[in-house]
Amino acid sequence: MNNKSFFDIMWSLLSKYWPSILLGVQTTLEVALVGTAAGLCLGLLVGGFKAVKLDYTASPVSRFFKKFFDVIATVYVEVFRGTPMMVQAMFIYYALLNVIHWDKLTAAMFIISINTGAYMSEIIRSGIQSVDPGQTEAARSLGMSNSQTMMNVIMPQAIRNAFPAIGNELIVNIKDSSVLMIISITELMFQAKSIAGSSYRVSETYFLTAMIYLVLTSIASVILHFIEKKINRRTTSIPQSDTDPSNINLAAGKD
Amino acid sequence: METILDIHDVRKSFGSLEVLKGVDFSVSLGEVVCLIGASGSGKSTLLRCINLLEKPDSGTITVFGENVLAVRNVDAYRAKVGMVFQQFNLFNNMSVLKNCMIAQRRVLQRSEKEASEKAMYYLKKVGMDNFANASSVTLSGGQKQRVAIARALCMEPKLMLFDEPTSALDPEMVGEVLNVMKQLADEGLTMVVVTHEMGFARDVADRVVFMDKGIIEEEGTPEQIFTNPKSERTRTFLSRYIQ
Repeated sequence: MNNKSFFDIMWSLLSKYWPSILLGVQTTLEVALVGTAAGLCLGLLVGGFKAVKLDYTASPVSRFFKKFFDVIATVYVEVFRGTPMMVQAMFIYYALLNVIHWDKLTAAMFIISINTGAYMSEIIRSGIQSVDPGQTEAARSLGMSNSQTMMNVIMPQAIRNAFPAIGNELIVNIKDSSVLMIISITELMFQAKSIAGSSYRVSETYFLTAMIYLVLTSIASVILHFIEKKINRRTTSIPQSDTDPSNINLAAGKD
Repeated sequence: METILDIHDVRKSFGSLEVLKGVDFSVSLGEVVCLIGASGSGKSTLLRCINLLEKPDSGTITVFGENVLAVRNVDAYRAKVGMVFQQFNLFNNMSVLKNCMIAQRRVLQRSEKEASEKAMYYLKKVGMDNFANASSVTLSGGQKQRVAIARALCMEPKLMLFDEPTSALDPEMVGEVLNVMKQLADEGLTMVVVTHEMGFARDVADRVVFMDKGIIEEEGTPEQIFTNPKSERTRTFLSRYIQ
């Protein structure tokens, strides 16, 4: 065994433990994907409401609810951004265990979702702020309501603007789901720890684990880049001119 | 002629800056009124007060006999008053056709078919029907502004407001937009136009209103204003244009 090189050992670890590594990869991907998707939904909701600016036409009731919601949303974002996910995982899992008797995987997905949601709502909020205020003015001048403007005009542009940051959260989640090993779900880091424990090959195991994480995040990067290219159509005008006034077909009946 | 817009003693301040210092102003059905004046004289603010993008601090605005500062449903009121912006403000996430359809669908609850027919009708009117499926971000400035005009017309407003519609365009594109506006004026659409295009004001407007420092300094027919202004301030402002 001593004559074997570092990579030989890694290879033998892989061939011996591949079923549990595969399970780890599967769990990690499940948790990361669910967390990012649910976090995005949560972020759209929280960030969307937070970014709504009520103008003077809003009723006092909606004004009150907006204020109330803003306070809740701010507390939520600050708490979940401001404390480690590992601590959140331990606290929430055990605090709710006696109440709802949930299984660990569900708990992990729940925790990563609300954690991601806090970041996502800030991403969505800044995405909304990046949309030109003239877009809102135009929509309102056509008689569209606050919510119609948000859903039809602002949100689609905000999501497109924020897409790189949203995709980044998926990559972060693939890596950071590793801290959820603290509640013993079978994600990749947890599996790595048990493999290292039973094989006594610590550095080889974790190097292998790092490589697997890198492969996963790289694949995610490529996919995200592809989607980004798809949704980013041209955003500048194509140089052209049909501006000679004589070319303009003014009469509705012509041709 | 029937008065459709009546503004009385409208005042508006932004912080300590008083932009409108008591403006009285009215527009009759079918009339084309051009608001001229130096930057910062309150023209745009007055226009934005009319469709309630800004709320006046005091005064009354009556449109179609209705006190608009007291209306409950501001959205329904705005749907009846078209607005065209200096920066076009086409919806960047939509095609040209969709730009013209969205408010018809959502606000007027028109059917898909009716909305698209209306949109094509008005796009043809501004000469942009061939671009119906183009993404709005790929158009030139003049094309964007013509689409923006069509978008507002699709709501079949009784009153159209233009806020410096050609100021963001290069000189070559100004003509195509002004031609469209002239055509609308000829068709009898009631228009209030904030503009620096004195040629347009002189040729197309029924009445020219000169604003200075938050008040209406002088108003009258284009001939009066451009050939024989009474006020010294108007004369100075128009010195380049008076023949």
